[in-house]
Amino acid sequence: MTLAAPTSLTVRRRAALAFLLVPPMAWLVVAYLGSLAVLLVSAFWTRNSFTGAVVRTFTGDNIARVVTDEVFRAVTLRTVGVALVVTVCCIVLAVPLGLYMAKVASPRMRLVLVVAVTTPLWASYLVKAYAWRMLLSPEGPLAWGTGYTPGYGLTATVITLTYLWLPYMIIPVFAAFERVPDSLIDASSDLGASDASTLRMVMAPLVFPGIVAGSIFTFSLSLGDYIAVQIVGGTTQLLGNVIYGQLVTANNQPLAAALSLIPLTAIVLYLLAMRRTGALENV
Amino acid sequence: MKSTVLRLGFTLAACAALVVACSSSQNGGGGEAPPKLEPLGALGNGEGELNLIAWAGYAENGSNDPTIDWVTPFEKESGCKVNVKVGNTSDEMVQLMRTGQYDGVSASGDASLRLIYAGDVSPVNTSLVPNYSTITPFLKDRPWNSVDGQMYGIPHGWGANLLMYNIADVTDAPDSWGAVFTDAGKYKGKVTAYDSPIYIADAALYLSKTKPELGIKDPYSLTSEQLDAAVELLKAQKENIGEYWSDYTKAVQAFESGTSVIGTTWQVIANLIGTDNKVQVNTVLPKEGATGWSDTWMVSSKAAHPNCMYKWMDWITSPEINAQVAEYFGEAPAQSKACDHTTEKDFCEIYHATDEKFAAQIHYWTTPQKQCVDGSGDNCTAYDEWVDKWQQIKG
Repeated sequence: MTLAAPTSLTVRRRAALAFLLVPPMAWLVVAYLGSLAVLLVSAFWTRNSFTGAVVRTFTGDNIARVVTDEVFRAVTLRTVGVALVVTVCCIVLAVPLGLYMAKVASPRMRLVLVVAVTTPLWASYLVKAYAWRMLLSPEGPLAWGTGYTPGYGLTATVITLTYLWLPYMIIPVFAAFERVPDSLIDASSDLGASDASTLRMVMAPLVFPGIVAGSIFTFSLSLGDYIAVQIVGGTTQLLGNVIYGQLVTANNQPLAAALSLIPLTAIVLYLLAMRRTGALENV
Repeated sequence: MKSTVLRLGFTLAACAALVVACSSSQNGGGGEAPPKLEPLGALGNGEGELNLIAWAGYAENGSNDPTIDWVTPFEKESGCKVNVKVGNTSDEMVQLMRTGQYDGVSASGDASLRLIYAGDVSPVNTSLVPNYSTITPFLKDRPWNSVDGQMYGIPHGWGANLLMYNIADVTDAPDSWGAVFTDAGKYKGKVTAYDSPIYIADAALYLSKTKPELGIKDPYSLTSEQLDAAVELLKAQKENIGEYWSDYTKAVQAFESGTSVIGTTWQVIANLIGTDNKVQVNTVLPKEGATGWSDTWMVSSKAAHPNCMYKWMDWITSPEINAQVAEYFGEAPAQSKACDHTTEKDFCEIYHATDEKFAAQIHYWTTPQKQCVDGSGDNCTAYDEWVDKWQQIKG
């Protein structure tokens, strides 16, 4: 009798736990990992070149083409470059702002800034991208006000993507700065460290995981983007456009699947590199 | 460490098993002849429902503009409830039709042949569509809507890709595609072009007139050397391109904002720019001729509601309705009698709807195939090569 009660409790707990965990786990395995598996598999298939119907015969040609084709290589380098530049721009903008918001601003000012940073997230992606298209146009407000506009192209793409993903960088960086106890900063300055040294030796290591978390967002979002570049990119094409072209225009699903392994690999490599820095251990 | 290696090994083995298990040695259909399918023999009663894939503006039910509605009257008359799925590109339409969930599609010439040869659409018994008899004759039995004299659809309307320029910036009234190819440097950074592999045909058409030694006869039937020549021309053109367009609203905005001053266009775009009067543009059919598009309503081979689809094809090509669609979209109606029903009296003149000479100068979008579409041989380049080349051009 004394043993039965805990057992039934355990069983019930386990049942409850299973009930709670099965839907998200099923989602993760079936929808998320399942679709990745389908992607991986279809990269090894081929297709009828005229009608575009997928033919399920095993071939390594798609992978070989993705690795050797010059166009794909150039586009990959350009896309990874854009993603890195956007990430760096976001860090450069977000760190001072995050520091100001967390440690300097008055509570009222902080609230205003948090609202200002997050409000653009309420507007649609397309609206924001088209707003930049207007702003950067040759006879647009920027050219009218300053006499200079970069015009549509890679620069415009980097500017627009930086604008679009900046909140995803500011919020984790701001949160990381806020978690740094004021006592550590006081102690550092009591021990005679200059503000710059405090920033470099006390704040930076503590905030770094926040920057890494933000950079994962900005890097992966930039890597997959293909719409902003169509709106402000002029003649530029990124990896997303090439994949879209192969999937929808050429109707070549296997090659598109093989191509989409590139950003997947890039993200995995980026995560591994970040893991080596130790930043992911306490996020 | 050992367990990591072991785990990795298991994962790889599982992936390999997955790949092999899902692959089989089945082969897709060839590309030589379309599968043998029988057209509908006799028209029965409507099935009460109709699922369509259409270009935006082709099947309006009043939800975009209450005064633009030819679907509701059709539903009342035929008893077929219409569900419309808008296709954004020819390629998307091909993919949607492949699902077999739709009864019909308004296919452009660069989609129609792919649908026919894949067996996705059935031949059409034109005697069951009374309005077919008065369709403009030069749209019947063409390479993009028929095979061996068998029609695979009912023509809907057509238009030409024209050369448009801003008359304030381009003052020498160009009448040749050379303005966007060899002379494009004059408007460096302000030239625009259509963002699709099918645009290679525009370059090929220009080369067929300016470089006869290449021997290009049909812009959709290019050998590898001819394709490379067109690609070279387009790579040189890219240096002067400000941006490409495929969304027509983007093209309107680019001309209105001064981003683009010259490039290829559709008449509807010029009309939309004209209504705002922000900038003055002119369109011209260059002396080399032009590429164009000609749309055809086709019946799915797996149609669940074929009778409703036949009723729809007759409805959409009836004089009043075809006039309404053509005016709303900005294209030449396929129905010759539609010209009597347009609200704008000179509509058919603006769009050259019954002008066979104008229509003959247009090289309609056709899917390039290995088997040359003009029948000149079997050493032509197929559409997927065009797609690869287009990606190379854009770099």
